[in-house]
Amino acid sequence: QSCDILSSAFFRYQTIIFGFREEVLKFHPKFKAGSLTELDVNVKNKCDQYPYLGMDESYNLTISSSGATLNSNSVWGALRGIETFSQLVLQRSKDMFTVNGTTIVDYPRFQHRGLLLDTSRHFLDVSIIKQNLLAMSQSKFNVFHWHIVDDQSFPYTSNNFPDMATMGAYDSKHIYTQDQIAEIIEFARILGIRVIPEFDSPGHSQSWGKSIKDLLTKCYSSGKPNGQYGPIDPSLETSYGFLSKFFAEIAKVFPDHYVHLGGDEVNFDCWKSNPNITAFMKQKDFGTDYAKLEEYYMQRLLEIVSGVKKGYMIWQEVVDNGAKVNPDTIVEVWKNGFHTELSIITFRGYKTLLSSCWYLSDISYGIDWPKYYNCDPHNFIGTAEQKKLVIGGETCMWGEYVDNTNVLSRTWPRASVVAERLWSAQNVKDANAAAPRLEEHRCRMIKRGFPAEAVNGPGYCFQEYSIHEPV
Amino acid sequence: MARTFALFHFACIVGLVFSNGEYRERETVSVTASNGMPWPMPQQYSSTSDTFTINRNAFKFRATGQSCDILSSAFFRYQTIIFGFREEVLKFHPKFKAGSLTELDVNVKNKCDQYPYLGMDESYNLTISSSGATLNSNSVWGALRGIETFSQLVLQRSKDMFTVNGTTIVDYPRFQHRGLLLDTSRHFLDVSIIKQNLLAMSQSKFNVFHWHIVDDQSFPYTSNNFPDMATMGAYDSKHIYTQDQIAEIIEFARILGIRVIPEFDSPGHSQSWGKSIKDLLTKCYSSGKPNGQYGPIDPSLETSYGFLSKFFAEIAKVFPDHYVHLGGDEVNFDCWKSNPNITAFMKQKDFGTDYAKLEEYYMQRLLEIVSGVKKGYMIWQEVVDNGAKISKEAIVEIYRNQGYMFDVYLTTQKGYRTVLQACWYLDLIKYGVQWQAFYACDPGNFNGTAEQKKLVIGGETCMWGEYVDNTNVLSRTWPRASVVAERLWSAQNVKDANAAAPRLEEHRCRMIKRGFPAEAVNGPGYCFQEYSIHEPV
Repeated sequence: QSCDILSSAFFRYQTIIFGFREEVLKFHPKFKAGSLTELDVNVKNKCDQYPYLGMDESYNLTISSSGATLNSNSVWGALRGIETFSQLVLQRSKDMFTVNGTTIVDYPRFQHRGLLLDTSRHFLDVSIIKQNLLAMSQSKFNVFHWHIVDDQSFPYTSNNFPDMATMGAYDSKHIYTQDQIAEIIEFARILGIRVIPEFDSPGHSQSWGKSIKDLLTKCYSSGKPNGQYGPIDPSLETSYGFLSKFFAEIAKVFPDHYVHLGGDEVNFDCWKSNPNITAFMKQKDFGTDYAKLEEYYMQRLLEIVSGVKKGYMIWQEVVDNGAKVNPDTIVEVWKNGFHTELSIITFRGYKTLLSSCWYLSDISYGIDWPKYYNCDPHNFIGTAEQKKLVIGGETCMWGEYVDNTNVLSRTWPRASVVAERLWSAQNVKDANAAAPRLEEHRCRMIKRGFPAEAVNGPGYCFQEYSIHEPV
Repeated sequence: MARTFALFHFACIVGLVFSNGEYRERETVSVTASNGMPWPMPQQYSSTSDTFTINRNAFKFRATGQSCDILSSAFFRYQTIIFGFREEVLKFHPKFKAGSLTELDVNVKNKCDQYPYLGMDESYNLTISSSGATLNSNSVWGALRGIETFSQLVLQRSKDMFTVNGTTIVDYPRFQHRGLLLDTSRHFLDVSIIKQNLLAMSQSKFNVFHWHIVDDQSFPYTSNNFPDMATMGAYDSKHIYTQDQIAEIIEFARILGIRVIPEFDSPGHSQSWGKSIKDLLTKCYSSGKPNGQYGPIDPSLETSYGFLSKFFAEIAKVFPDHYVHLGGDEVNFDCWKSNPNITAFMKQKDFGTDYAKLEEYYMQRLLEIVSGVKKGYMIWQEVVDNGAKISKEAIVEIYRNQGYMFDVYLTTQKGYRTVLQACWYLDLIKYGVQWQAFYACDPGNFNGTAEQKKLVIGGETCMWGEYVDNTNVLSRTWPRASVVAERLWSAQNVKDANAAAPRLEEHRCRMIKRGFPAEAVNGPGYCFQEYSIHEPV
């Protein structure tokens, strides 16, 4: 089978494998076994258009005197296999490369292997996002969790609510147009990467309120509004009217079945201060249990999103606080105490993702990658059924201190460590054994033009990273 | 947000101590950048609301006093820096339009020096008024500092239109020695990156590049007299600095008014030296015989000093600054203790079992050698901490974190000129807004006599290379290094971090506009013009 995704990969990898600077190594192969002139890529099933949760990413790769063959069921497996092949080929001189006899049978341990970027705390250029997607494909990541908006800024340009960006973005240049969003989704599709946008609510939504009148809760002091705003006002039908229209648009713009709805860190203080909400609590018989109000909001939201035929991911608080959510909800665990949380969430039957131990934005001095490598999503007390409900994980690069200047070097290659934890077998866990391969992976990324920083202490790459030189 | 120095030092566990929940909630405050304010803060600075317009096609710098290559080079460079970057389109209606400005008269009183040096006059004054724009300085170095300040006051309003407000500045640095250390041994740094860094330094008026060029791990310095040191000591044949490249860097720095002080650290930190120089390093012994390991330079052999003489004679010619840094830190005595020849030497010299005396002996021999080639020297603090009697000519650098202000006190009490580094370790990264701790550290903050205070000649901030290379050195160094630059240039009472934050934010965005990847240090926010990489996608 063939399709645009495969042709695109052939073209891309021709440059990746053969197109970078020449190396001059003295190399004398011990057992020269002949020359290789092609890699036969045999995709069994008709190409899918978009990647999706649970897609078949398996492949096998054989390099022998009979030739080089890559077999896969789906085009996604072919993409993964071609990346692997590209890592086995070594440059020896200007035109000469070698690869050793190899037999690989491969498939991911977890289906959902994601990286979160935050384009609200700091804007990220489209080109940087695309660079990042390319970097992701080198470690077989398959989900780009796009935390696109938040309190600080709203760079998403909505067709239905254009003022959200006009008034919510940092300024008119710090936006993503519909065309740019489509460009990113398409770029990711070609790499076999799903794009899951996160529109976090009811909290983390200050920037939404800049344009949508009465969307956010007015906070009260001494009996009157004090000018501050809180989470989305769950007591007004207009809120749900807005959300219906908004998510109907989101459902069309983003082709993946899932959207991330957030639901984390909802501060109840503003709700508590607002008399209308107090009245609403009474009307609904919630007493003084604001977790019930949060649950009410989330359930209304989830119904809306189901109504536009999307599945949803949510942060753990939503179910922690007792909300009743659909059985096919994916819950993302991000807080400390995750071993216990994983037991609880899977016990309740939800598909679960782990991100808690993989906050790349939490930088510290020294060699920090082994702690990412050692975190295993199955490291909790539970039945085999429960373990199966853990469908994968995500590593996060939150944007408070990260933007175009440093997102790539801060993310790579540390994110690749999580990629191996999520792809490779559970018993591939010896950090000392992994270190030389990580070092090579880092230097390979640099060779391919990505500023993957040093993670193992003093050292060097045969070919160091080079910037465009204006001096 | 308070940061204690202890917290700063023990950075490695901070990431695990945070609760993820807490940190995600905290970061909702961002800092709004100032507009047209200088960094570092001048000694005296006032501006008016009179706005002068400048047309990029009708502006020039004019030397009305002394002139030289350094000045011409600066005129050319700043023409691009001020006028040459991407257009901004802002709605701007000056309140008090005061006329247009077509030139900055730069009046240098004294004949240009060729090289920058310790104690050079960097003072200048700058006046922008309806009489015109004039920069006066005694030396060309002051002119450089003043032109940088001028470049920070000029704001772009449209494709061709710029403005600057009426301004009066009298400025000079509080400290003479304001340095940044880069380490090209733990990781190699390309020449282009070093030059980018020098340009970045000039934007905050740094005047010393402390080049920690070699160390245990690699020896990228290509010596004419000892070519094998790089051949066998560099990571590989590409990870070297040729003599031409070194000259290129020194020249590039000179034009920016930046001194280049190389550090050839010994007797420790020298593993890579031993790869080619036979018998230079001490052979370590186990059970009565050499065990294959090597220690610091062997201080008991005259051949060591013969090598050092020849080596530093070369260094003295290659690097024009009067000072070289000789290191002398972290000397581990274990290998010396294990070696019978050294034990014999200790006996011969009557040092008993006090290996600090052996270290002192080595350092004194080294300092004599370096004095002999007419150089001054900087050393790390251990040398004097361990009681060595060394010439008061030495400049002592305080780098140890525990009790560093007390070390500054002790060192100046002993009569040494002192440079502080201990509180400004940029490589010790951690999550969050970290710069206020750097800003708060003051080299004059100790109880000493006026004489002692005068002996503190400045400071350095360091970006050690264990985790830093071409991929991240610029973003990790800037703009945090700039915070130290202000501490070292500006007046002691310019210390309110909250007041500084908007200027730092502007300084960061300005660096980005000039093409430097200065990272975000104040939490969520944005620059009008964000950093842009070369786009291969």
